[in-house]
Amino acid sequence: MDFRLSEDQLMFRKMFADFCTKEIRPQGEHIDQAEEAPVDLLQKAVDQGFWAALVPEAMEGCGLDVYTYMLMLEELARADMSTALILSVHNSLMVKPLIDHGTDDQKERYLAALSFGEMLGAFALTEPAAGSDAAALATTANRDGDDYLLKGTKLWVSNGELAGLFLVVAKAAGGITAFLVEKDTPGLKVGYREKTLGLRGVPCNTLYLDNARVPAANRLGEEGQGFKIAQHALDLSRLGMGALALGGCERALEEAIRFSMEHIQFNVPIAQKQIIQNYIANAKTEVEAIRCLVTYTAWLADSGQDFSHHASITKLFSARAAHEVTDKMLQVHGGYGYMKEYAIERYYRDCRALEIIEGTSQIQQFLIARDLYKAEGLEIRP
Amino acid sequence: MDFTFPKEYQLFRRMVREFVENEVRPLAKVIDREHRVPHETVKKAAKLGLMGVPFPQKYGGMGGGEIGYCILAEELGRVCSSTATVIGAHIGIAAMAIHLDGTEEQKQKYLVPLAQGKAIGAFGLTEAQAGSDAAAIKTTAVRDGDQFVLNGAKVFITNGDIADTIIVMAVTDPTLGAYGGITAFIAETDSPGFSIGSLENKMGIRGSSTAECVFQDVRVPKENVLGQFGAGFLTFMKSLDIGRASLGAACLGGAQAALESSINWARAREQFGAPIATKQSVHFMLSEMFVDIEALRSLVYRTAWLIDTHQPHVMEAAACKLFGSETAHRCINKALQIHGALGYSRDYSIELGWRDQRISEIYEGTNEIQRVVIAANLFRPYGLRIPT
Repeated sequence: MDFRLSEDQLMFRKMFADFCTKEIRPQGEHIDQAEEAPVDLLQKAVDQGFWAALVPEAMEGCGLDVYTYMLMLEELARADMSTALILSVHNSLMVKPLIDHGTDDQKERYLAALSFGEMLGAFALTEPAAGSDAAALATTANRDGDDYLLKGTKLWVSNGELAGLFLVVAKAAGGITAFLVEKDTPGLKVGYREKTLGLRGVPCNTLYLDNARVPAANRLGEEGQGFKIAQHALDLSRLGMGALALGGCERALEEAIRFSMEHIQFNVPIAQKQIIQNYIANAKTEVEAIRCLVTYTAWLADSGQDFSHHASITKLFSARAAHEVTDKMLQVHGGYGYMKEYAIERYYRDCRALEIIEGTSQIQQFLIARDLYKAEGLEIRP
Repeated sequence: MDFTFPKEYQLFRRMVREFVENEVRPLAKVIDREHRVPHETVKKAAKLGLMGVPFPQKYGGMGGGEIGYCILAEELGRVCSSTATVIGAHIGIAAMAIHLDGTEEQKQKYLVPLAQGKAIGAFGLTEAQAGSDAAAIKTTAVRDGDQFVLNGAKVFITNGDIADTIIVMAVTDPTLGAYGGITAFIAETDSPGFSIGSLENKMGIRGSSTAECVFQDVRVPKENVLGQFGAGFLTFMKSLDIGRASLGAACLGGAQAALESSINWARAREQFGAPIATKQSVHFMLSEMFVDIEALRSLVYRTAWLIDTHQPHVMEAAACKLFGSETAHRCINKALQIHGALGYSRDYSIELGWRDQRISEIYEGTNEIQRVVIAANLFRPYGLRIPT
């Protein structure tokens, strides 16, 4: 057991932290208020390897292990939650499944574009009637010669209008199947952009597939493997939400500590008040608990073990903690915490998404309980 | 003991609900999006007498007392926290201070137009370094003949930029501290030297304005001292006590609305082949909301009854604000969770409620200060004074 970071991990973390602090952090307020994805920043981030975190070095990527990738997401989240989510979706839900399940031809065609800033990835699973209930998918994929025709509507597609490539999950003759769908595909239309409580820099769109013609060569894996592919991708993404929660909580804590040292009430900085000290101490405790869960789960992943169960545990715990920590750190700010010029106002709204996206907390609870009962031979229903 | 509302209160609630549904609800999202005060609603509320609900009829009010005022706050809070805040600051702390401590002349001159809604009121206590620590205010009032000259800046003042009348707390004797050294004044906002600094850009209650009010050699006649000279601290404590009860009522309305929309959504939304209303996780969230809400309802109206019957109510009023705002937080947060992604969308009203609600744990005294107030009152009978 050794919790120290390796030389490489330290180096990467420093590189990520430098870029996030210098380039991204100052833009956080603007990204939120203008509701604009930081397109220029994202392009700049290409040179730092943010788009190719998980791409093997042999393919000119960073070749990060899962833990170091979590360090990257944590640093991004400390600087700006929207930017962190955009790059998490790209890496966890597009690049990783392509690396794991793509053919050599698919990797040849897309991996470089995804790594070097030509194509941002997006993931299209959720539908009007299938959110938490992924098995209720209504989008279909009908074979037509060398192509598939995809028909259906996908909701809440993060990165939607920015994306060059979509991982779309649909029902084919052989079961649920994953496809790589280019944005210029005839019949594909990126529609309504959601107006959201937080994470306002992330374009989140409806995706219309009206007999979108996708070559069979763009099927990811075999027919019927789509659910498994999506589940694996979501496992990594859920773990990543732990890293986002961690970075978000660390930033909230940092803001609250600074404010509480500067704000004088009753002739002393409020840092001298016991209730403020308690809030700060509890927040730090939550931060370290999240870090342990993220670290342990990333170790499971890096050592080749099944980490699905722990990805759910990490997401459930850290999303709840992120809400509580940002809430209390906002309270430390008093009236100032309610004002948009203070970062905590934004982090409180941003972090609330974590209990919903990539599977609600209720779904994580079900998955965790299901695994526990399954080990005892009992199948439970949600 | 009889928990039914008298007939006139039932009729009053029906009237208010009709007004709120017809006039307030259609604007709730609009004023949030446009970041503006609903002046048209305030005018219509004035016509119905709603800007002076608790005050005696001889001062232009409706004679509804605290119970009537809580009914108004609850009904407004169900639908639009911004409107509840605009009207709440006007009635609950600005006009209320004059009602509690004003002379007959002051009531005729200022309370009557406020109660009739012909003038709008604001309450100026908070300063940049004096929020929870109200005694640390720096605004001064210096006697000059028959007048006082006010200098200083108040921040986070609800209605600051739309008010005609503003109650201002100022230091009149820096050697005496909170008790004896601070005096309340009634100032008119068209006085020379009064100006608005910045307007705040807030997370929620964006349909209410929050302004910085600057006093630069603002002259106020000595007749406008509100309450006893040097006893301003008592005036604002009394006003805030009452404001806290009605704030609990507004939270009650918001929490109730969150429960109702959650019930409706749980019936409509299907997952795993059945409405999510069949899921135990949802049952537990709804049940907890219900329990919170019923406890709050009892607390709010019992406290209003204490106030109307002139009984001690400081701790109960603090409890209304504390428990009310945290109940509203828990309820709207659960409602957001039950609504899932739709709860996070600005196209639905849950996220607006979630943003709006969060201020209630902060304004009119943070919840931390409410706890300090309650603790101080718990120890007081034993002769122990706890430091803040």
